Amino acid sequence: MTPTELETGNPKLETDLREVAQDIVARATKAGATAAECVVREGDEFSTLVRLGQVETLKESGSRSIGVRVFFGQRAASTYSSDFSTAGLDRMLKSALELAKITSEDPFSGIPSADQLGQLTTPLDLYHEDVYSLPGAARIDYARRAEKAALDTDPRIKNSEGGSFDAATGHKVLANSHGFVGEYKRSYCSVAAVPIAQTPEGAMQRDYWYSVARTLKKLDSPEHVGKVAAERTLRRLGAKKVKTSKVPIVFDPMVSTSILEHIFEGINGDSVYRGASFLAGKLGQKIAGDIVNVIDDGTMPGGFGTSPFDGEGIPTRRTVVIENGVLKSYLLNTYTAKKLGLQTTANASRGLAGTPGIGPGNYFLQPGSKSPKDLIGGIKEGLYVTEFLGQGVNLVTGDYSRGASGLWIQNGELTFPVEEITVAGNLKELFFNISEIANDLEFRGSVAAPTIRIEGLTVGGE
Amino acid sequence: MWDNYPFGASPSPHVTRRHLYNVENLKDHARFFFEHYGLTERDLERYLAAALSAGGDYADLYFEYLSSTSLMVDESMVKSASQGISAGCGVRVVSGERTGYAYTDDLSSDRILHAARTAALIASAPAKATVQGFQKSQARSLYPVTLPSVDAEISAKVELVMRADKAARAFDPRIKEVRASYADELRNILVVASDGTFAEDSQPLARMNVSCIAKTDSNSARGTSGGGGRVALDFFFGEKTPEYFAKESARQALLQLDAREAPAGEMEVVLGPGWPGVLLHEAVGHGLEADFNRKKTSAFAGLVGKRVASEKCTVVDNGTMPWRRGSLNVDDEGEPTQETVLIEKGILKGYLSDKLSSRLMGIADTGNGRRESYEHIPMPRMTNTYMLAGQDNPEDIIRSVKHGVYAVNFGGGQVDITNGKFVFSASEAYMIEDGKITAPIKGATLIGNGPDVLTRVSMVGNDLKLDEGVGTCGKDGQAVPVGVGIPTLKVDRLTVGGTARKDTGGFMQ
Repeated sequence: MTPTELETGNPKLETDLREVAQDIVARATKAGATAAECVVREGDEFSTLVRLGQVETLKESGSRSIGVRVFFGQRAASTYSSDFSTAGLDRMLKSALELAKITSEDPFSGIPSADQLGQLTTPLDLYHEDVYSLPGAARIDYARRAEKAALDTDPRIKNSEGGSFDAATGHKVLANSHGFVGEYKRSYCSVAAVPIAQTPEGAMQRDYWYSVARTLKKLDSPEHVGKVAAERTLRRLGAKKVKTSKVPIVFDPMVSTSILEHIFEGINGDSVYRGASFLAGKLGQKIAGDIVNVIDDGTMPGGFGTSPFDGEGIPTRRTVVIENGVLKSYLLNTYTAKKLGLQTTANASRGLAGTPGIGPGNYFLQPGSKSPKDLIGGIKEGLYVTEFLGQGVNLVTGDYSRGASGLWIQNGELTFPVEEITVAGNLKELFFNISEIANDLEFRGSVAAPTIRIEGLTVGGE
Repeated sequence: MWDNYPFGASPSPHVTRRHLYNVENLKDHARFFFEHYGLTERDLERYLAAALSAGGDYADLYFEYLSSTSLMVDESMVKSASQGISAGCGVRVVSGERTGYAYTDDLSSDRILHAARTAALIASAPAKATVQGFQKSQARSLYPVTLPSVDAEISAKVELVMRADKAARAFDPRIKEVRASYADELRNILVVASDGTFAEDSQPLARMNVSCIAKTDSNSARGTSGGGGRVALDFFFGEKTPEYFAKESARQALLQLDAREAPAGEMEVVLGPGWPGVLLHEAVGHGLEADFNRKKTSAFAGLVGKRVASEKCTVVDNGTMPWRRGSLNVDDEGEPTQETVLIEKGILKGYLSDKLSSRLMGIADTGNGRRESYEHIPMPRMTNTYMLAGQDNPEDIIRSVKHGVYAVNFGGGQVDITNGKFVFSASEAYMIEDGKITAPIKGATLIGNGPDVLTRVSMVGNDLKLDEGVGTCGKDGQAVPVGVGIPTLKVDRLTVGGTARKDTGGFMQ
């Protein structure tokens, strides 16, 4: 991978992060570690919030950190630091070597084997310097324009939590004792608006909208973001409770992703080997209706969940998770794959400390062919959910109970707004009860799903 | 003002990434940054002057050195052990209602000055404010670090998690999976500001957590328990042992094996004492944070002096309770914490404030300015929020309910402060039928409206309890430790988000 120059507003850091990471690994093995892995992260962030036309906050900074994981045979430990001085790095390494003495022998521990390591070499389009190309005043103007568009939409919008513009870049290096060293940079920018609308009686509602992209060129206009935010907020005015009932429910894409997240929680190797999910042991079995197809793909150019290698240095890939309702693959890292006697799916996610977790690549529900309007059009009496509140999901039992707000559907049309209600059921049935999937798949993060219709859930209200 | 610091002259710009030291050797937290980073009073004045160089009204510096340890046992093996250090300095400049912020994880003079000049750009005028002489804040010691937990023998920490694992498994053969974790940290802070604020603190925080999965041929269920506070390691060998948390976690998992469907719809709800106080945190606490009220984005805006709860309700936020997870000697702006009455006999008395809202709203600074780390801008946050005990006998409260839910343990909650709607999710709850607690029910979310839920509190128990020390509150992406508490409470009407039909009332199919 060709190193690109990272442009920041800060004085240049002279250190070559690859060398730092490789050096730590070399020193760990020299000190007796049988294997070692080092991760270095460096990033810059800019954010500004404009409220009622005035700049409220302006934040700009950069930071870096380093973490090491060492193995003595089957014992492992990890340490991290924000201090890159010789003394700081010495202390980090020394602590890791000492800490590894107190952990248990775990027959499945270890870094991946050498033949598994590698990285994608095709262009992934993850880094664009232009996220920082706007002069300071223009960045503030993005935030201001988004808020103004929201405030100008309707006189009932008089207040606001503001418009914002954020930009960030991140640089990650991973090295291990099999000689792997890889690095990549990713950029990010976003513009958002959070307007507040008020009824003549004084009842307030807020909602939001945002656009996020890896390059400014793909960011929606602040005016568009502000207008959508205003519309989403206005339609909540006058919300009321409804009677407790069992009706078809349509999930807006902003909330249908949560269903995918529950599937992810249920089929990731960590939940599976511990039996902490009702989906454990269901490989090859039907866990959802025929129309449900779920993919995880860490290789999509420009994707929010894309990277050339995973948290352990294994090339990312495309995995069919659910095909026509059948669970085809769990999502795994090296450890959980070994525990389950399977191969890793390159979904290791590595923080600075601890054992690697499991994270999604670009993880999505395949769209169907109907429009969202058609999905709603087929419902006589039902609920369109636009926001969930709280957690209320138990993956061990599948029990599902969440606070919700949205719009009531009558005769195929969205009618009045509803709030202070709950939506409850059990995920075991819920996945089978996804009766329709719309065609509006759009990635606004690494997890994406179109509008979906679900039967059999209980709406709790009056 | 303090006297002689060890390093007389200001260090040259390149010296400062000093040698790091072992916290275990540190007897006294005071002067931490002076002794270990060679910081001088003159440096601080210079940094603040740079922060005010573009005309800001106020500037502050927040130095932080955080040292953490965590351990986890899974499948009876210590699979994960980690330690880490994070240090840095955040510079804030305020100009009118505008805030500029920048931080550095490198505590050298040139980097702090760079951050100060970056933050300064929020203002655009000749320098006007000056740096006042530092006034050292009155030392208080709510959590003396007698036994520095962070660097205590790691083997004692291993013993804690292993004992928890053993106790949970021994509790019942149906307990099949156990994860026990221990985590502690020691955060040294120094806050100085152009208004003369000068405060240092050393803040320990420790927590154990045990989660269990119970399995039978037909069923699985989970339970979790945990606790801690601003305590040293000995807390877990004395007051709250690993066995205590392990048994509680196992008990909850087993109970859930036989839980029946939770009801759906509005009904009477009795909340048990302690952690169910998350109700207060969500329903009223966030809505009373001054920033939301200054901006009039809270459903509570303009309600000071008005009735927001029944006469039986008095709610306070108290950052001064010894050892508590939400307590602080000084907040993250260097202001001493205090006990603040939020609701007195049902009447809203005031808000939780930080320096900025205090100045802009002309209200008292209640010492609630908190931040997650040096990378974050402080804002009004809760500390330990609870309702004072009432007169009712808890048993009478249960007896008064004909058909309702008794909820004693919760996961978390969330609130939309603008429309006031809040949720909290019960993880251990029972039906109350004809005044008696009957069957356990499955977890369910409870949803209500913050500004009026407390007006429906008809009974308040005499059994106030605070939670075990597990709460972490998130706001604008910043996490801070908090505490909550209530006595047994009866809410006459609250919506329960289950799946079962109610015995009475319409259930539309």
